[in-house]
Amino acid sequence: MNKPLNYAYYPGCSSTGTSLEYDMSSRAVCAALDINLTDVPDWSCCGSTPAHTVDHSLSSALSARNLDQVASMGLDSCVSPCPSCLANLKTAKHRMEDAGFRDKVNNLLDKPADTRVETKSVLQILVEDYGIENIRKKVVKPLTGLVVGAYYGCILNRPAELMQFDDLEHPMAMDNIMEALGATVVPFPLKVECCGASFGIPRKDVVMRLSGKLLDTAHGIGAMALVTACPLCQMNLDMRQNQINKANGSKHTMPIFYFTQLMGLALGLPEKELGIGKLCVSPRNVLDAIDANLKEKAA
Amino acid sequence: MKIGVFVCHCGSNIEATVDTAAVAAASREFPDVVFATDTMYTCSEPGQDEIVAAIKEHNLGGVVVASCTPRMHEQTFRRTVERAGLNRYLFEMANIREHVSWIGKDRESNTNKSVDLVRMATEKLMRNRPLYSKKFDINKRVLVIGGGVAGIQAALDCADGGLEVVMVEKAPTIGGKMAKLDKTFPTVDCSSCILGPRMVDVAQHPNITLYAYSEIEEINGYVGNFEIKVKKKATYVDWDSCTGCGICMEKCPSKKATDTFNEGIGKTTAINIPFPQAIPKKAKIDPDFCTKIQKGKCGVCAKLCPSGCINYEMQDEFVTEKVGAIVTATGFDLFDWSIYGEYGAGRYPDVITSLQYERMLSASGPTGGHIKRPSDGKEPKNVVFIQCVGSRDKSVGRPYCSGFCCMYTAKQAILTKDHLPDSQSYVFYMDIRAIGKLYDEFTRRAMEEYDTKYIRGRVSMIYPQGDRLLVRGADTLMGAQVEVDADLVVLAVGAEAAAGAGELAEKLRISYDSYGFYMEGHPKLKPVETNTAGVYLAGACQGPKDIPSSVGQGSAAAAKVLGLFSKDQLESDPQVSVVDIKRCIGCGKCIQTCPFGAIKEMEFRGMAKADVIETICQGCGICTSTCPQGAVQLQHFTDNQILSEVNALCRF
Ligand SMILES: Cc1cc2nc3c(=O)[nH]c(=O)nc-3n(C[C@H](O)[C@H](O)[C@H](O)COP(=O)(O)OP(=O)(O)OC[C@H]3O[C@@H](n4cnc5c(N)ncnc54)[C@H](O)[C@@H]3O)c2cc1C
Ligand code: SF4
Ligand code: SF4
Repeated sequence: MNKPLNYAYYPGCSSTGTSLEYDMSSRAVCAALDINLTDVPDWSCCGSTPAHTVDHSLSSALSARNLDQVASMGLDSCVSPCPSCLANLKTAKHRMEDAGFRDKVNNLLDKPADTRVETKSVLQILVEDYGIENIRKKVVKPLTGLVVGAYYGCILNRPAELMQFDDLEHPMAMDNIMEALGATVVPFPLKVECCGASFGIPRKDVVMRLSGKLLDTAHGIGAMALVTACPLCQMNLDMRQNQINKANGSKHTMPIFYFTQLMGLALGLPEKELGIGKLCVSPRNVLDAIDANLKEKAA
Repeated sequence: MKIGVFVCHCGSNIEATVDTAAVAAASREFPDVVFATDTMYTCSEPGQDEIVAAIKEHNLGGVVVASCTPRMHEQTFRRTVERAGLNRYLFEMANIREHVSWIGKDRESNTNKSVDLVRMATEKLMRNRPLYSKKFDINKRVLVIGGGVAGIQAALDCADGGLEVVMVEKAPTIGGKMAKLDKTFPTVDCSSCILGPRMVDVAQHPNITLYAYSEIEEINGYVGNFEIKVKKKATYVDWDSCTGCGICMEKCPSKKATDTFNEGIGKTTAINIPFPQAIPKKAKIDPDFCTKIQKGKCGVCAKLCPSGCINYEMQDEFVTEKVGAIVTATGFDLFDWSIYGEYGAGRYPDVITSLQYERMLSASGPTGGHIKRPSDGKEPKNVVFIQCVGSRDKSVGRPYCSGFCCMYTAKQAILTKDHLPDSQSYVFYMDIRAIGKLYDEFTRRAMEEYDTKYIRGRVSMIYPQGDRLLVRGADTLMGAQVEVDADLVVLAVGAEAAAGAGELAEKLRISYDSYGFYMEGHPKLKPVETNTAGVYLAGACQGPKDIPSSVGQGSAAAAKVLGLFSKDQLESDPQVSVVDIKRCIGCGKCIQTCPFGAIKEMEFRGMAKADVIETICQGCGICTSTCPQGAVQLQHFTDNQILSEVNALCRF
């Protein structure tokens, strides 16, 4: 890389809890690639789903405050691992272009927010700013023999006008990264389908059905594991996999990785730094198989 | 000049928002106006008679009609004043409908604006001079561009009417899309049985010269005397001696060439004849796939050809043809559906287009008329048809209806059941548009007798599941989501303007709409004319059309050509530029700017002067604004006439 890559880093609330391993692995991978992430000082919740279901100006106020914090760091772009945070931050920036709305939001804040900074996902900067070919060069432990499907979920690149990233129906960013890491990527036909999202709480049956279908399909195409880029998708597929099995009478034992975890492994980072142990469905068999393949190749 | 003014109500079209009586009253005050009145329908017989009577009674020297656009009725009124003995150019029209009543609501302002427009017209009329047309000979040959069913019909009708016809077809064979179809709705009769003989007629007709695998390079001239430069693309086979025996095709080792005729279902050889019934039945080499041309190795066909036709060095060739009229019948092309990510954007081999399916259904097609899945060659059980792919969809810039997809989908569903009695067809549709004779009955048959399941709604996603495809969509009548396991998905892709339609339009100097379809002279009254004299339209190049309508237009265009050629001479338009040689300093600027090459240099008493060739000048007026001396004047639109109009408008 010619130019050092510097970004403000907005972890989002789930990074402090349910998706700790996403946060850990994102930081570890970026550090290994000399991508500088500086935490947004005194960051707060983006508003998540509850805020905008109640009031759009409240939601945007929460996000706008964080964008303003980024602006005060003197950086012009911010990254977040979570697509849901990303959607809120981007929506706020977009809505604030309307003067009437901007006034309403600024009224809720201590001082008018500067929302001009761009926000991108960790996935987007790795693909667009760092580049697949540069990632390929850094691989020390290729994921030989890992048959994996890439699952993007429904909000990572939608609505297209707002997210401005990858193909709407057929994104390839993670597929391409996995291929660069040496994995065998099977085209996952439901890559942009909904997992049921936060319906896991009020209507668990919806998640059982939708996420169940994702697992069935992944199994059907011969995937050993799925990779995701979204805390909610990962949680539904991983943490709820047992519930899904019970509800649907299935027997899935499919590890659900964050793509940054697999990247970290291929870059030779220790499992501990990547939070591999925090996954609910044990990836041991899959990881052992990769190691065995590597040894066989070496021998 | 004594001038009469007639202000038209156009029923209520004008009168509703313009006080026509007040306009007439105001006109009476203009210099030279001796008579002014308002009338209900000036263009009607009593309306025209009133003009004739007024000319006689008041001894008028010129007439102004304030009514609709000159494109509508200028010719009508010119003939009217001529009937009363005036020169047709001693007439002016003020457009107070399109330019006033239809666009403004305020009656008072509209009335004032109408008065201004009439004032301009009278001022110009005072400076009008009688102009006289000259007669010129016409060349009674006709060029037909495009050899689809519409072009074939036009060519045969013209040829049977005794005209010499030149047909230029871009593809190596004529027949267009219809030649690729298996059967045709609503009668389910075999497409090649009805089209084949007509294609043969084209080949055998003594009056028709066919240039297949050729394109229009250049068009010059004007109605009655066009000069056409045709590019005959290199075929690498001497067509004069090729007998179409096909031996070359049997032995050519390069078998991976794109099979355009079969819409990419299967491959063909580098040297190929598109299909056994092709007209002309001649071989051509696809240079991209010929190893001799690409790498200098092989040459098998040259060794085997019994007639010695192969020439690997062949170059494009140009020929010139002279004709008096042109019928454009370049048809349509299919929408590139790969923009639809939800249908797989081309990733799934068992999602095919309707035209590919026609080739599969056709007994002479690449699968011998057997329906097979491209992926594994298996017979499908469930076939899903999706209508309106690239039609009626603003999000992909195709808001219009392609017209024939509802019908051919019903046909394909019926044929599917005929071929595979155990199969089940599903059709996702938005609306069923079956407005032709016997059409609604036909789609009903597909549902009722052939048990096709029609689902009203759009498909949101197609994805593979095992070796089948899962088609998910909405059933808007049930208000439910539906999922169908499909073995084969057929997309009813919409029609779009033929590739290169825009470039051809520029050469023909005709207009086209924002989608590239050619514009007819008038949407109701001039369906096959264009705004360029001597150029006519037939078939789907004007807009999506099924076979009956395309053929109907082919015949209509032929009738127009035969009508045009019923005279031996045409009258030239006297509204052309004239050079005043006293003023002309011979700078030659007009010669450079005239887009039609209508001005040449001549010598007058040893001095260079510009000279306009009347028959070539189109009256565009570009030269008049170029000439630094004001020496070139466009008749009927001289500087003085235009300035008098401006002065009439800017009086204060
Ligand atoms: C899948 C499918 C099924 C159909 N089934 C039916 C049916 O059952 N019944 C029915 O009535 N209609 C059917 N239609 C519609 C039918 O195909 C059209 O009505 C018909 O083809 C229109 O004829 P055309 O001559 O205007 O255009 P085309 O058939 O498109 O012919 C145009 C010709 O002009 C040539 N050309 C194009 N550009 C140039 C150029 N610049 N210079 C020289 N040549 C040029 C082309 O190569 C072509 O040969 C179907 C259409 C499709 C797509
Ligand atoms: S020379 Fe070209 S066209 Fe002829 S047989 Fe060989 S590959 Fe085919
Ligand atoms: S008006 Fe002038 S520029 Fe236009 S065609 Fe005639 S001669 Fe050429």
